[in-house]
Amino acid sequence: MRAAQNAAVSAVPIGRIILDSAAISRVIDRIAHEIIERAGDDRLPELTLLGIPTRGAPLAQRLAARIAVFAARDPVPVGTVDITLYRDDLRSRGVRPLSATSIPGGGIEGGHVVLVDDVLYSGRTVRAALDALREVGRPRVVQLAVLVDRGHRELPIRADYVGKNLPTSALEQVRVRLTETDGIDEVILR
Amino acid sequence: MRRHLLSAADLDRADATLILDTAKQIDAALAGREVKKLPTLRGRTVVNLFFEDSTRTRISFELAAKRLSADVINFAAKGSSVSKGESLKDTALTLEAMGADAIVCRHSASGAPHRLAGWVRGSVINAGDGTHEHPTQALLDAFTIRRRLGRLDGVRVTIVGDVLHSRVARSNVVLLDTLGAQVTLVAPPTLLPVGVESWPAEVSYDLDAVLAKAEVVMMLRVQQERMSASYFPSVREYSRRYGLDARRMAALPDEAIVMHPGPMNRGMEIAAEVADSVRSTIVEQVSNGLSVRMAVLYLLLGGDSE
Repeated sequence: MRAAQNAAVSAVPIGRIILDSAAISRVIDRIAHEIIERAGDDRLPELTLLGIPTRGAPLAQRLAARIAVFAARDPVPVGTVDITLYRDDLRSRGVRPLSATSIPGGGIEGGHVVLVDDVLYSGRTVRAALDALREVGRPRVVQLAVLVDRGHRELPIRADYVGKNLPTSALEQVRVRLTETDGIDEVILR
Repeated sequence: MRRHLLSAADLDRADATLILDTAKQIDAALAGREVKKLPTLRGRTVVNLFFEDSTRTRISFELAAKRLSADVINFAAKGSSVSKGESLKDTALTLEAMGADAIVCRHSASGAPHRLAGWVRGSVINAGDGTHEHPTQALLDAFTIRRRLGRLDGVRVTIVGDVLHSRVARSNVVLLDTLGAQVTLVAPPTLLPVGVESWPAEVSYDLDAVLAKAEVVMMLRVQQERMSASYFPSVREYSRRYGLDARRMAALPDEAIVMHPGPMNRGMEIAAEVADSVRSTIVEQVSNGLSVRMAVLYLLLGGDSE
């Protein structure tokens, strides 16, 4: 029954493709270059990428791999930081299952941390991530990289690296799908 | 998840697995941190309502709630209005009026937390009622087994000792069966409850016969404070037939672990050298209990059920 419904949903033309697989790869490459450029030679060795589950985690992995290639250096430490326990809407939206948190062995104390997420919207996820980070250590710099910035911020937060600025109405939905989690790379607006 | 956690039977396989997975993630999120505190339950109130003595369970629940930033009130029957004759219901209504979001209840009467759950709006968590159930102990035992052996499905667990008075055994049999483990109970016939044949477990009277196949041996405390009659001839005889000593431990498979819910009667059901051996998970069970209770509090209290 559930499978039949899903099939029916995906058969209907669903919105506009904003980024396809090739475009997502190009965007990740560009952000990787930007991170290298902005970090500079002295701060690059201190770089740690932390993905926010679900889809920030594979994005952080991909970025780390590209940075290692472009900067011709050892693997960049990459981890995940789950923000569920730091959300401010648990009461109104109910509990949800937790995702993994894994901080790379070297820790983040004094380091250069780039948080990675798929969509930047209200900014509440990022606020929660900053709270979570504070408990783990005190990085020298925290930056934010997102695949899509769709506007409608509710907090004074902005991204340092943006894959695609996408003006949206609050009624529209941005769906990011990645090979690692959904079997396909695409960003759809509907 | 339901609103209360009163019995291990309240949990189906999906719920139980969700609690164990959540505990694992909480553990990972706090690992290696200096500040082991999460803001998740800020502004919630958890009352520890303990009518019976307890060290590890009460401290564990208190610390779990505090690590999630809840406000904790400890209520021990001694030194409270209960000693002036206040009933359980009046005590519950008082706590309710003070706005308790969760009541963690231990009581010497089986079923007390069930009664409590009918009187209050908050969540009730059974922290041990008489000889009935102790669901969070079963959850932390399952968590410990899964962490040590990597699985629960098909694991052969042998529970040894005073099954009759043990709420730990009852909850464990139910939960481990839900999670797919195979449970064998070993005890003298006098320490097995009536109707044990209907439990989802095998029963044996001979410890030596089952040791070679056991992947987990869970020793139960002989609860002398609940024994009004004599259930076995002497401590020495009990220990010789049903105690786990070094010789019996050597008969276990290489990977097998030894568990005990504590407090132990060293030298009675478990020899000191076994309790302190590398196979023993007794200390680990205590720290796992903290993560599991944080997971239970988060899942019961995190959202608003209304």
